[in-house]
Amino acid sequence: MQLSGLQRRVDAALRRHAGTLLALCLCVAPALAGVLPEDRTDLLYHRYQGGGVTVQGPSLLIQKKLTDNLALTANYYEDMISSASIDVKLAASPYKETRKQKSAGLEYLHGKSTYSAGLINSVEPDYRANTTYYSISQDMFGDLTTFTMTYKRGWDRVFKDGKVNGRIENVPFPEEPGVLNPGAFSQDADHRGYTIGLSQILTRSLIMTFNYEVLTDQGYLQSPYREILFLDPSQALGYSKADQIYPNTRTSNAASVEAKYYLPYRAALSGQYRYFQDTWGIRAHTFELGYTQPLWRRLILDGSVRFYTQNAATFYSDIFPRLNFQNFEARDRELAAFNSYSLGIGASWEFPKPPVPWINRSSFTMRIDHLLIDYKDFRNALLIDPAAGIRPGQEPLYKLNANIFQAFLSVWF
Amino acid sequence: MITRCRVLIERSRQAGHAGGSRPRRARCLTLALLASALGIALSGCSPIEPWVKPYEREHFADPIMAFNRDPVSSVYREHVFESREGARGATGGVGGGCGCN
Repeated sequence: MQLSGLQRRVDAALRRHAGTLLALCLCVAPALAGVLPEDRTDLLYHRYQGGGVTVQGPSLLIQKKLTDNLALTANYYEDMISSASIDVKLAASPYKETRKQKSAGLEYLHGKSTYSAGLINSVEPDYRANTTYYSISQDMFGDLTTFTMTYKRGWDRVFKDGKVNGRIENVPFPEEPGVLNPGAFSQDADHRGYTIGLSQILTRSLIMTFNYEVLTDQGYLQSPYREILFLDPSQALGYSKADQIYPNTRTSNAASVEAKYYLPYRAALSGQYRYFQDTWGIRAHTFELGYTQPLWRRLILDGSVRFYTQNAATFYSDIFPRLNFQNFEARDRELAAFNSYSLGIGASWEFPKPPVPWINRSSFTMRIDHLLIDYKDFRNALLIDPAAGIRPGQEPLYKLNANIFQAFLSVWF
Repeated sequence: MITRCRVLIERSRQAGHAGGSRPRRARCLTLALLASALGIALSGCSPIEPWVKPYEREHFADPIMAFNRDPVSSVYREHVFESREGARGATGGVGGGCGCN
């Protein structure tokens, strides 16, 4: 059957504007309410210990509503690092340094929409980073659904500390008193991130979130300290070292789904899955299960199990056959193939309400996670010993065992 | 709309085109999609009836149901994993800096 001229024109017009109409559906969905974060302060002590590395320090987080519609979030975070990891033992010397991170953000609530923006500044002797983020969040469909879009932009500057007598030493940066840095080597890296998120109440006891994030990086994306190994029969150990060569760009996609279910006897069960892939050839899967059980009136217990697995980047190798074997070469163990297992428990105790009018409630929480990373193609090169018959490529695979401890005091006011 | 499409397809069958021609099916599909889109768009004017009523959401007011009950802790934990793994993103947080050497 032939379409009449009028029908054809209507059909063509409908097809042409179908995309616009679909977009309009999202834009004119019912505008309903958002919620600003609670007024609270958290003071945290954290400690990571494992693989010859100790990282510890404080973190102070303040969330405060300035008006009914405007809230401020500020965070000060410090990492005091003492590192004698397998990487620095192989390529450099043990070192100590401190990373300080400051961030501030504002959230503005208008009807059912929340607008957020913020800045993050991170300074360590050999790495400086500034990040800004902007986010819009909209509650809709009777507050059952929350849709969020976030854009972030980061600018990093990477330095390399000079070696003095074979040791990495921080030397004062001449233009900025108080900032340690070595002068000669500095490179830039830029980052962009785009995120969409959807949170959905599905039943009276079940809520689910979906997040999708694209990250792009451009610039100097490698560690300036770590080196590759390549076979070199002229050396006593059978190998030599050379600088890593990374691509200057990276784009990654990550999608995650998380669900939380309220059990009939007042407890919560959560599950999360994330899929990740990037242009460096890494594919990763993350699974996590969590359980929260309140006990009596004041105690909340938490437990979690996390499993992570990834394959190696295309340009990663534990040891290369020769120097300049390929365009890009890396031996960062973050790019190796491995499985990671993590088990965590935590307990939170809520104090009785103190006789101070401005404190609503307060609690003290402790949490410990044990992390095991089982590398599939990253070997412990420190054990290479041709005299004992252990040649490059024959040394045992590396395993990392670490404990992550947190203790924090929270006050709601 | 669906009835109209069925009538069109039925007429086509009677005219000897079994199952209706491809352009007609596409047109019906487009019209159905646009009608659905228009329905959702119009729902912006009359809010969709929530299937979990506000008074049925007491479980979500319980702190144990928050995805991010203690932000200071979850941001730290995420940083620990992110600086030791190749994967990143889609966890709902915004990181900055390195702390990864």
